[in-house]
Amino acid sequence: MPTINSIEDLKRLREEAQKIKEMRDQAGKTQIVVGMGTIGIAAGARETLKTILTFIEENHLPDIILRQTGNLGLSGMDPVVKVTLPDQEEVSYCKVNPDIARKIMQDHVVDGNVLTDYLLKV
Amino acid sequence: MKQYRSMVLISNGDSSQSKGSEAVIDAFHQAIEKYDLTSEVYLTTIPDSGSPKSQPLVIVYPEAVAYGPVSAEKVDFLVSEHLYKGRVAESLKVSDPFEIKRISWLVQRTGTIPAENRIVLEYVGVIDPTSINDFLTHDGGQAFATAMEMEPQRIIDIIKKSGLRGRGGAGFPTGIKWQAVRDAPGNKKYVICNADESEPGTFKDRVILEGNPFSMIEAMLIAGYACGADEGYIYIRGEYHDALEKITNAIIAAREFGVLGKNILNTGFDFDIHVHSGAGAYICGEETALLESIEGKRGEPRQKPPYPTTYGLWGKPTLINNVETLGNIPPIIQNGAEWFRAQGTPSSPGTKVYTILGNVNKTGLMEVPMGITLREVIGIYGKGMKSSAFKFAQTGGSSGSIIPAILQDTPMDFDSYRNVGVSLGSGALLICDDSNCIVDCVRVLMRFFQVESCGKCVPCRIGTEQALEIMTAITQGRGTMDHLAQLEWLRKGMEDFSNCGLGQTAGTPIKNMLDHFRAEVEAHIKLGVCPAGVCEMGG
Repeated sequence: MPTINSIEDLKRLREEAQKIKEMRDQAGKTQIVVGMGTIGIAAGARETLKTILTFIEENHLPDIILRQTGNLGLSGMDPVVKVTLPDQEEVSYCKVNPDIARKIMQDHVVDGNVLTDYLLKV
Repeated sequence: MKQYRSMVLISNGDSSQSKGSEAVIDAFHQAIEKYDLTSEVYLTTIPDSGSPKSQPLVIVYPEAVAYGPVSAEKVDFLVSEHLYKGRVAESLKVSDPFEIKRISWLVQRTGTIPAENRIVLEYVGVIDPTSINDFLTHDGGQAFATAMEMEPQRIIDIIKKSGLRGRGGAGFPTGIKWQAVRDAPGNKKYVICNADESEPGTFKDRVILEGNPFSMIEAMLIAGYACGADEGYIYIRGEYHDALEKITNAIIAAREFGVLGKNILNTGFDFDIHVHSGAGAYICGEETALLESIEGKRGEPRQKPPYPTTYGLWGKPTLINNVETLGNIPPIIQNGAEWFRAQGTPSSPGTKVYTILGNVNKTGLMEVPMGITLREVIGIYGKGMKSSAFKFAQTGGSSGSIIPAILQDTPMDFDSYRNVGVSLGSGALLICDDSNCIVDCVRVLMRFFQVESCGKCVPCRIGTEQALEIMTAITQGRGTMDHLAQLEWLRKGMEDFSNCGLGQTAGTPIKNMLDHFRAEVEAHIKLGVCPAGVCEMGG
């Protein structure tokens, strides 16, 4: 990680970081985000994350960015998993247990079909 | 942050559904898309309101107009008239005079929309809390960069002008506090982030810390620069393991990055942050007890004055702010005081994060502008009561107030609530229906205070114990009318003579109970029955 020395550095770094993000968005990579706050973990987000990781390894899926985030504040909906396929809108799933996670990975990430049964509705 | 121009509520309970409300919702989605209003209009459902005659009922903010009954065919006309062209569709308005009376609460709500407006929570649940790079991509650090180019006094002026008030419960103007610390004599000053969120039912600070720990570091840096402090502490609740881990890692990352430590960004400004974990005491959320706890002593409140702004941690001037208050600082610095003033009510600008729980269909966290009413919270965000009718709500954990149903149309801001004799507290909204007994509820609260009282001053130590005994007697059918007079006397004693906020607010539930639910309490004593069927009553 770079160390910054001036206010200009801080401003410049944001632009660089945004450029990297744009490149990442355009590079055709699938992004999967798991909500991993206390509520999410209590609802089993760790198992969900592990399942997704195992699935990626077992099936040798390339170009997938898996990352975590905090809670959205929707108690009772966790674990929340957000999937963004390249050039597509973000899709949020709620109450994702390992079984559903495997289904999402197979049907949505691999085959490209959104699973309407598990969508997060606010 | 997404700001909506209009908000549409559609009733979607059983009765409305039988009259085709789901088709109306679909039609609304299509019409809003057709007129390209998706980014301007916030569409949501509420439970049945009003009588079946005018369902499905549609309410449009900020004009606060009610339409009903609305059929799917008329939706296109309604959207084009009201939302696209901006004039009220008079022909579809609720016309039944009886119905108008039932939704008369709407009249006072003209001009504001109760839509979610995430300022503090903007990037919570979006960014990766373990990656400083992800924080930078989402405008992170820019408020700090802007602040460092200003004079410290100018930052405080902006905060003062924004009208930001402390979100920990008391609502003290933040700018004045900052000014007091800046003006206090001495070279060594501290900034403390109070994350000891121990009010039962509140978990907003945890979500903020877990979701965006870097914003807290950024806000503390700005506070330190503005007040002339060079050291900061985050006092975090002992139970918050995940938040503790995330904030500790964030501080390490920030140090490596070069924004914490000596001579930050070559400006000659030094600042470092330490994390201090609490050990489970409720009283340590009180600012002076928190100071004692950091100093390694027993968590007991100090006498005030002197206030922490002049005599705080190790006798030095200290700024203590709640997590949510600090969370508001970077957006204010970035967008200016005027922008902040445009949200919420004139006396309490900005938004408030609430945690909603209890007998509602949907629980969770929301950030809405100040001035929303309880009725709207329950309808829009709680999606209605689970089974029976709304009886009372407890705001702000134990030290808050009990709000009876008659006050549910009071705007939720610091001053409006103070005017009707209740307090907003820290943001927990425990919604209770009429299967809950007020006497039992107050007994439980008294038990909480009796356990959590630190025992330093007599009124609180003895008062809570006595109040608990009397409340237990009433729930067991041994209550007398003299008990009520004693409770009133105890409450006044605790409020007037206690050392700190715990004792001073411990009597609030008793006061609210006797003010608003006296008949129910007297039924326990005179008739020997619990109207809600909760208390044992000696049987």
